[in-house]
Amino acid sequence: MDTALQSYLEGYRSLPAAPAWLRPLQEAALERVEARGFPAARDEAWKYTSVAALEKRGFKPAFGSVQLDADVLGTLLVPGLDASRAVFVNGRYDPALSRLPEGVRLVSLASAEAGIKGSLDLHPDWEHDTFVNLNTALFRDGLLLELAPGQILERPLELLHVTLPEEGAAAHNLRFVIRLGAGAQGSLIERYTHQGEGKHFNNVVTQVTLAEKAKLEHVRLQAESTQAFHVARVLVRQAACSQYRSHNLHVGGAWTRLDLHTRLEAEGASAYLRGLYAVTGRQHVDNHTRVDHLVPHTTSQELYRGILDGQGRAVFNGKVVVAPHALKTDAEQANHNLILSRGAEIDTKPELEIYADDVKCSHGATIGQLDEQQLFYLRSRGLDEASARSLLISAFAEKLLTGLPQPAFAAYARQLLSTSISAIKPEGQA
Amino acid sequence: MLSIKNLHAKVDGREILKGLDLEVKAGEVHAVMGPNGSGKSTLAHILAGRDGYEVTTGSASYLGKDLLAMAPEERAREGVFLAFQYPVEIPGVNNVYLLKAAFNAIRKQRGEEELDAMDFLALVKAKMQFMEMDPSFLNRAVNEGFSGGEKKRNEILQMLVLEPKLALLDETDSGLDIDALKVVAKGVNKLRDPQRAMVLVTHYQRLLDHVVPDRVHVLAGGRVVKSGGKELALELEKRGYDWLREGATA
Repeated sequence: MDTALQSYLEGYRSLPAAPAWLRPLQEAALERVEARGFPAARDEAWKYTSVAALEKRGFKPAFGSVQLDADVLGTLLVPGLDASRAVFVNGRYDPALSRLPEGVRLVSLASAEAGIKGSLDLHPDWEHDTFVNLNTALFRDGLLLELAPGQILERPLELLHVTLPEEGAAAHNLRFVIRLGAGAQGSLIERYTHQGEGKHFNNVVTQVTLAEKAKLEHVRLQAESTQAFHVARVLVRQAACSQYRSHNLHVGGAWTRLDLHTRLEAEGASAYLRGLYAVTGRQHVDNHTRVDHLVPHTTSQELYRGILDGQGRAVFNGKVVVAPHALKTDAEQANHNLILSRGAEIDTKPELEIYADDVKCSHGATIGQLDEQQLFYLRSRGLDEASARSLLISAFAEKLLTGLPQPAFAAYARQLLSTSISAIKPEGQA
Repeated sequence: MLSIKNLHAKVDGREILKGLDLEVKAGEVHAVMGPNGSGKSTLAHILAGRDGYEVTTGSASYLGKDLLAMAPEERAREGVFLAFQYPVEIPGVNNVYLLKAAFNAIRKQRGEEELDAMDFLALVKAKMQFMEMDPSFLNRAVNEGFSGGEKKRNEILQMLVLEPKLALLDETDSGLDIDALKVVAKGVNKLRDPQRAMVLVTHYQRLLDHVVPDRVHVLAGGRVVKSGGKELALELEKRGYDWLREGATA
């Protein structure tokens, strides 16, 4: 067995026990973890992201041993954002710090009844993924959000995870389950932030199920400490005419791997995927996306942009699968990267698997530096070189930030970006 | 105001300017004409400070300072403005934001205070009206999706807002229909002032029907081969450039 897994297996015993109904599920997942181990370097999906770095850290599962002060939480909030909020601290839900929306079914997974078991089911595609299985075996908290048919979530719900430094190298496993009934609509913000520079590993699984005509706006921001390891799986299933809109932002973390997979399972379903990653220092961010067009008349539109500075490294792998008979599929994908330094690196790969005729699929990937003509134009108008560069880098990110559903959140993301990428001056925002 | 002496310049090792002389005084409007490849645009780019040109001999001084030693932004702040032949599209940068940043950079240089947002907007809107531009252009990205004529109007709008001391217009008339040409000319004429000089780089006479120059220079083979009054432009229109080009290569 993979010795790096030992601490996770031991963790299963040392963590507080999960409810009895959950244990068989967790033990089965644990067996699959043992059988499969961590992904090896020869695994194509992990070609550019080495799990060795994660294995070396020897993270140990931990569960909410520290408390977050309400005053400190105040400093971590998004200014001006009008949202309800569920706060998690080092993997544990904190009801006292949360302000939940009313009239919505929300279940803390730590105290959930057996009735929710079915909602944890995963599509077989993910059955053998070690990080998903680790999550299933080790999560002790999380949240189930369920919107009834036709229900409209009035304000966005923010799932805020704060990591505080704690003893040792802690691994936190969180599970989020989001289910929208037919015609339901909601806006969700998943945000990962930190206080202090703790070394930790957050392994998150977010399952989204959209019934007919449901609409979900899903913002996800990973802004963890520069010591943090972060693995996430966002697994979406979409029924007829449902709309899933994702805004996936990364500005923090040392080592991040996110897989976003959406299955368009019935006609008229559409996915709109937007992503922005900024890496600097020695940060590593890997985004793998996959859209399955399984039936006729489904659409996907994907745009990811990356800003690479310092010795930062990013990976983008965008897979689009068009199943046989999925006629009239309309899939669009683009990935653009701006490289600001010699030491930075991007590996980008569009992957189209098309098994049907009469489809419209396009993809494109670019890697470039700032445009000399644009720089000269701005300087010829009196902007100094640093301001001109700052303005152009911000403009590159702006394409994704202006599209965020909450302007207050966009302003917050801009500010984070300018803190992370030193070539962006805070005042250089248009 | 602008004094160019024996200017030689290379692009990619090839000599484009071969001993160019030009004197422009405050209050004057000069037209620099010439056939394609004569070095007109090279001259405009060198004066604005674009990279990629190697000046091998000669000098260009502006208000007594060595213009060629100044960074592009210093030139702009000191009052030099280049209206581009091909204005650059900058997606993600708001038109009014750029105008304001440019305007304040120049005011700061002059030791003046930044104008507050409301006053600035009022000023820009008045100038836009003068240039017959829709106010919606303010909140669009710089030149993005603008037609050729809209881009040129936008250049002149920037010029009107920034009020340069020395304006260089690089083929501003190219690609304009007659109505747009008139509006652009109106903008240029509005800025004519005893304290200000302008250099219009152009291939054709037609802009000069609307903006009457004090002096006309013909550039050929990287040098000024003939200078004269406004009537020289008319002569060029009639006779073409060939009779001068022969003289230049001799």
